[in-house]
Amino acid sequence: MTLDSDEHAGVVRPDPVPPSRRSRHRRVPVALLIPAGLGLAFLVLPLAGLLIRAPWTTLPQRLAEPGVLTALRLSLQTATLATLLCLALGVPLAWLLARVEFPGRRLVRALVTVPLVLPPVVGGIALLLVFGRRGILGAWLDRAFGITLPFTTTGVVIAEAFVAMPFLIIAVEGALRGADTRYEEAAATLGARRWTTFTHVTLPLVAPGIAAGAVLCWARALGEFGATITFAGNFPGRTQTMPLAVYLALETDLDAAIVLSLILLVVSVTILAALRDKWITSP
Amino acid sequence: MTPEAGPAALDAHLVVDRGTFRLDLRLRIAAGEVVALLGPNGAGKTTALRALAGLEALTAGHVTLAGRELDRPDSRLWTPTEQRPIGVVFQDYLLFPHLSALDNVAFGPRRHGTDRRRARDQAAGWLARVGLADHAARKPRQLSGGQAQRVALARALAVHPALLLLDEPLAALDARTRLDTRAELHRHLAEHPGATLLVTHDPLDALVLADRLIIIEDGRLVQEGDAVTITAQPRTDYVARLVGLNLYRGHADGHTVHVGDGFPLTTADRLDGDAFVAFPPSAVALHPHQPDGSPRNTWPATITGIQRHGDNLRVQLDGPITVAADITPAAAAHLHLTPGQTVWAAVKAAETHAYPAG
Amino acid sequence: MKIRNALAALTVSGLLLLTGCGSDSDGDTPAGGAASGGSSGAVTVFAAASLTESFTTIGKDFETANPGTKVTFNFAGSAALATQINQGAPADVFAAASPKTLATVTDAGNGDGTATTFVKNQLVIAVAKGNPKGIKALADLTKPGLKVALCAEQVPCGAAATKALATAKVKLTPVTLEQDVKGALSKVKLGEVDAALVYRTDAKAAATDVDGIEFPESASAINDYPIIVLKNAPNKTGAQAFIAYVQSEQGKAVLTAAGFQAP
Repeated sequence: MTLDSDEHAGVVRPDPVPPSRRSRHRRVPVALLIPAGLGLAFLVLPLAGLLIRAPWTTLPQRLAEPGVLTALRLSLQTATLATLLCLALGVPLAWLLARVEFPGRRLVRALVTVPLVLPPVVGGIALLLVFGRRGILGAWLDRAFGITLPFTTTGVVIAEAFVAMPFLIIAVEGALRGADTRYEEAAATLGARRWTTFTHVTLPLVAPGIAAGAVLCWARALGEFGATITFAGNFPGRTQTMPLAVYLALETDLDAAIVLSLILLVVSVTILAALRDKWITSP
Repeated sequence: MTPEAGPAALDAHLVVDRGTFRLDLRLRIAAGEVVALLGPNGAGKTTALRALAGLEALTAGHVTLAGRELDRPDSRLWTPTEQRPIGVVFQDYLLFPHLSALDNVAFGPRRHGTDRRRARDQAAGWLARVGLADHAARKPRQLSGGQAQRVALARALAVHPALLLLDEPLAALDARTRLDTRAELHRHLAEHPGATLLVTHDPLDALVLADRLIIIEDGRLVQEGDAVTITAQPRTDYVARLVGLNLYRGHADGHTVHVGDGFPLTTADRLDGDAFVAFPPSAVALHPHQPDGSPRNTWPATITGIQRHGDNLRVQLDGPITVAADITPAAAAHLHLTPGQTVWAAVKAAETHAYPAG
Repeated sequence: MKIRNALAALTVSGLLLLTGCGSDSDGDTPAGGAASGGSSGAVTVFAAASLTESFTTIGKDFETANPGTKVTFNFAGSAALATQINQGAPADVFAAASPKTLATVTDAGNGDGTATTFVKNQLVIAVAKGNPKGIKALADLTKPGLKVALCAEQVPCGAAATKALATAKVKLTPVTLEQDVKGALSKVKLGEVDAALVYRTDAKAAATDVDGIEFPESASAINDYPIIVLKNAPNKTGAQAFIAYVQSEQGKAVLTAAGFQAP
């Protein structure tokens, strides 16, 4: 402590904290740094492998190949549509699981996570058994409305939504559970009916959680392969998403597969990195 | 939504049974009247407020507000919260974090059908009335405690409630802010045409803000009246401590009241029957030996505790009756007061106040 | 400081454990080749998906004929297998569904000696049992309302289908281009498509669910299946013995019964 020479205040101010001591307060404990570093390396090294082995010399002409942009566009479109579908159905379901006590709630919550455990190809077959031409619902859809889902872009969206929805539901349910229900009481005292409270108070409060869930959902949908190829098949321009294009390219041309993978990576990382922190973390 | 002018805007009998706790309280509040609901923790004040708001279910009884019956369990009549003409200021204010102060205040009018522009104009007006016109665009987290409290009040008043409910409105504020805010709140409550129920544990809030006080303990009403009456004639230990008095209950026979195990206290008033006797700690004098002279009430007492109490010392004494005495530091030094010591307490009959307990 | 030491100790012991596990499994198999005369030890065979049923049978027969041997299979699309081999996957034998795919392995220098063609495979039209849509020729596949699955061109059975369709001068738009022949077949089995161009062997293997319709143009697109010992084979003797068995009378019988043609 040094005495302030300023006569006005007569205030005693402590020494400013020296730099070394300041940084010690900020530094992460070493016990966390090591596993964190290993984790990061584990995730990043395979990506580095792709970058190192990429055929940089032939990259430009490969990028110009016709199928590439089509597959990319289709991937981005279907992933976004699938995420919208998941939001429309998943948010209400998450609300039900978080706020309403009903018999069998725990069972329902477990069932919601089934697509996570199911191998995607098995998921695709299950979708065929329900929505396929001879499926439980699909046969009726075909007869009554002439709607067939397999081998269509809609089929891709459905397959992607099936595997990605659990991510959204789990994230949103968590956010809703953590939200303070007293705000909803306050809204009621101001005359808001239940639906209005949900849209004007509850949703905005959990919006960051929903956004985080939607991001996970979108990323999962973008990378989906097994359910897509089983349920929707593979046809350029209609059902051939980037992951399918990559897998087929592997058959003949490893370099082409690497290029396609890199494109997908760059696009998705750019989009995800552009998401500002404040949209997906609570205030 | 316009409050009824008339004898009782709110007429309620609140019965909430929770097994271990039971609230049974009758309330009548006139339009324009401010009633404070006082009581120790766990007395049921917040339960009563929530029951009036429809946030808690009544077990029995009824709630009638502005001439309309809202709640009567026996007839299976229940109006949901959003349809009750109420406004609530919560202890934590609960301002919507994602809305600006203006939109917070406009929320109520919007829900009641006002279009957006008019609602925002009204909200701006209310914010001006609470002195926060230039804070309209701020988010709740950018407001100080006192400012948030005022926005919460504006928000509740903006819906022109027939019944305004305030749950410990000043509890979350520091002492300095509380002083200023209390005065402001008094002004707004006076202007509010509807009925107001103020729940608090701070007697100063009640004394400044309320026309009438209702004291509840353990879910039951123990005393009701205006501030003056209650301060002069507390009827329970809690109330007595609240207003800072020594209180005893006993049987009066002329100028003598037998309290405790039959200990006689001589009082200035003349009474017969069940009675209270009260005197402030400052009326208790301590002597090293039994005093002679005028005080009719003297007894030996043992010191059980000494604390600072403002500029004086408050001495807790055990004996035939438990007493709190306020002694100046000089007197204390003269007496060499220490816990465990035996002294003689004396209270002049003229400084006691006896009143019927029935 | 204590925590840092503890972590270091943990990491080191963890690494030791992992390497320990690795070396253990290697220790199981005896040193390649020099062990015994006929054949013994483990033989790892990477084979195209269309060889699944027949090679599994051959493998069991081989084990019976050579007690002490154990044949392990890895069935997948030929190209995927070729990639794995080129990236260093340990295998003794590679049986591919097209010479082109095998060439990617030999071009990378991972083959030992020259490859031999051991069977041929021809395409048929797989349809639902009973042929409800009455398909008789390739041209029938273009009937309106008919859904057809083909293999993707990058896959051997897809290349063959393209050739056959070109020969027949049939312009066919499939609803899906599957990544392997089993995928195309399963679409027929599930009833999602009315027909698919698959190998005769696949149709035969699924005879309970599908019928295989022969068509003449398949002769123009016959797939040669080559087989080769791999350069880094841990068990070269075993590998050669296995290939010899595949080409023996017993092996041939199994393959022919499955629907393959003699080379």
